[in-house]
Amino acid sequence: MTRRPPALSTDAPPEEPARRMGRIKPALLLHEDHDLCPGCGEPLAMRILLEVIEELGQSQNAIGVVGIGCYTAFTSTMDVDLVQALHGRAPSVATGAKRMRPESLIFTLQGDGDMVSEGLQEVIHTAARGEAVTCVLLNNGVFGETGGHMTATTVLGQRTKNSLDGRDAAYHGHPILIGDLLAQLGGTGYAARGSVHDAAGVVKTKNLVRRAFESQLQGRGFSFVEILTMCPTGWFVPTADGPGYLDRVLGAVHATGELRNGDRLTTTAELVASALPETGEETPR
Amino acid sequence: MRRLVEGSEAIAEAAITAGCRFFAGYPMTPFTEVLEHFAAKLPGAGGVCVNAESELEAIGMTWGALATGARAATGSTGQGLALMQESLSEITRAELPLVVFHMARGQSDYFQATRGGGHGDYRHVVLAPIDVHEAVTLTQLAFDLADRWRNPVQIHGDFLLAHTAEAVDIEPLAFDPLPPKDWAVDGSLGGTGRSRNINPIGMTKGAKGIDPDAFWKRLQAKHDQIEAQEPRAETLFTEDAELVVVAFGSLARFARYAVRELRGEGLRVGYVRPITLWPFPADAVARAAEGARRVAVLEQNAGQMIDDVRLAVLGRAPVVPIGGISSDEAGFGIGPLLDPDEVRSRITRALEGREGSP
Ligand code: SF4
Repeated sequence: MTRRPPALSTDAPPEEPARRMGRIKPALLLHEDHDLCPGCGEPLAMRILLEVIEELGQSQNAIGVVGIGCYTAFTSTMDVDLVQALHGRAPSVATGAKRMRPESLIFTLQGDGDMVSEGLQEVIHTAARGEAVTCVLLNNGVFGETGGHMTATTVLGQRTKNSLDGRDAAYHGHPILIGDLLAQLGGTGYAARGSVHDAAGVVKTKNLVRRAFESQLQGRGFSFVEILTMCPTGWFVPTADGPGYLDRVLGAVHATGELRNGDRLTTTAELVASALPETGEETPR
Repeated sequence: MRRLVEGSEAIAEAAITAGCRFFAGYPMTPFTEVLEHFAAKLPGAGGVCVNAESELEAIGMTWGALATGARAATGSTGQGLALMQESLSEITRAELPLVVFHMARGQSDYFQATRGGGHGDYRHVVLAPIDVHEAVTLTQLAFDLADRWRNPVQIHGDFLLAHTAEAVDIEPLAFDPLPPKDWAVDGSLGGTGRSRNINPIGMTKGAKGIDPDAFWKRLQAKHDQIEAQEPRAETLFTEDAELVVVAFGSLARFARYAVRELRGEGLRVGYVRPITLWPFPADAVARAAEGARRVAVLEQNAGQMIDDVRLAVLGRAPVVPIGGISSDEAGFGIGPLLDPDEVRSRITRALEGREGSP
């Protein structure tokens, strides 16, 4: 039983290496070429981010603070004022920038290893302080850049290069549902989780990013968007299996939807429950 | 107007006078009062002081404020600065004009301040005021040097500096005009093809990877220039000195007092004080040591600056330690060595060639 529309067909490998950002280059990208792996979800997330900045009329008002991960390569081609931060430290850097330039649209771009493993306290304190910045998390459940190692969001059972038999709760601990954690804090105005594993997910995620930025521009405190992205290389799955693996493995734990919008608070557990059929059937196990 | 002001307050006021508009810090003795004064004074000056949740956040926030072109500072004591080292080295390579207030516990952080504990090749200018009056001047100079060189500058003080009240004038000093901060991010160049990237790893817009030559050689050339142009020292009675005493910071105040007294009594002692711990004033120390029978290094640690003194003197005269670790029971660095009679007797013994004996 599927919980959401099935992924678009990706059964066949691409005819040519996916070295381009797709056929429509966002205006805020200097050129289409990138060095990320075929089937990587991060270029999709980048496209969403840059399109939203442009559509909100913020091209000349946005400042990005970028962490360290595969997406960092885009700092060469993103045509947005940027500050390169250390691994994990982007939320504090964004805080300092926002305090000096409250009128600017300030966002961070971080991976799960960066934000949830190395820099967890930074993002939590930034949310609790209600800093009017938007933290964008590209979550693929692994350290992609080092070659597929376990992070704080790696789901139970997931195989990584340093959890070869799969993440075992007793041995490696449990994954952190960072969106849920941040959504509960008093300073958070908006928190959501989207996914780019299929076209519908891309469209929905774009709406979530837009709402997060709007929340910042309306002065509603801290905002957060988590984007689940494919990492076939770090998951050790064929390129074409990336979207399906994301949906089945990561997406089953880090369920997508809005976690907080103003005073309305939802949890991942509620998102999962609401995606299940309403009949009195037993939940499939 | 001359007022009686504690060092930590004078430093915060001098920084604000110099245009500092952002501060982030985390309390730690003996730096805590510097944070308190920034927290109290910055909002009234149109600035922001954030009570960071750790030194990691403090340095990160300051990084972000600097990137927008603001004059910004942080600080701590040696332990807290140890936590910040990764950022301190990266900020240097991002060429951001950071000012750091280091209120050390004694003088055991000389190596940390002058060598740094971070990764890679980098240098910070380190200014060590002898008293509150000089701290007011050097704090303003620190912001000027940081902007001029686009390089971090540290004010290296201690418990005594932060907690001694002195009558000082805190008036703005005049400096030469600075180049505009056209590198600062304000978002305005987005979409123009000329957007900025304040980057510590050498990546630039429109280019793949880094250009190691352009990145590293330029930084090295800048640090060579600072090393040539910025050493500062105070020198007294060295022309005919048999013994030259080298000391810095608060302890130098005791050394200067003792040397003046001994000179008054006709003893041929001289004194040289590095004001910049980096770049170390090697030429001034070497000149002071010319003709001296020995050079005595008075520092409140197990022997750190003595390495720089030996490199400067290059065997022209024996260089002997007359300081040592000296702590109070709280561990904040107010040890028995901070005593004019004790310092005087150590200098006298060194003059007689008996520096090792009690
Ligand atoms: S390793 Fe993973 S995250 Fe990195 S570029 Fe490849 S697919 Fe993308």
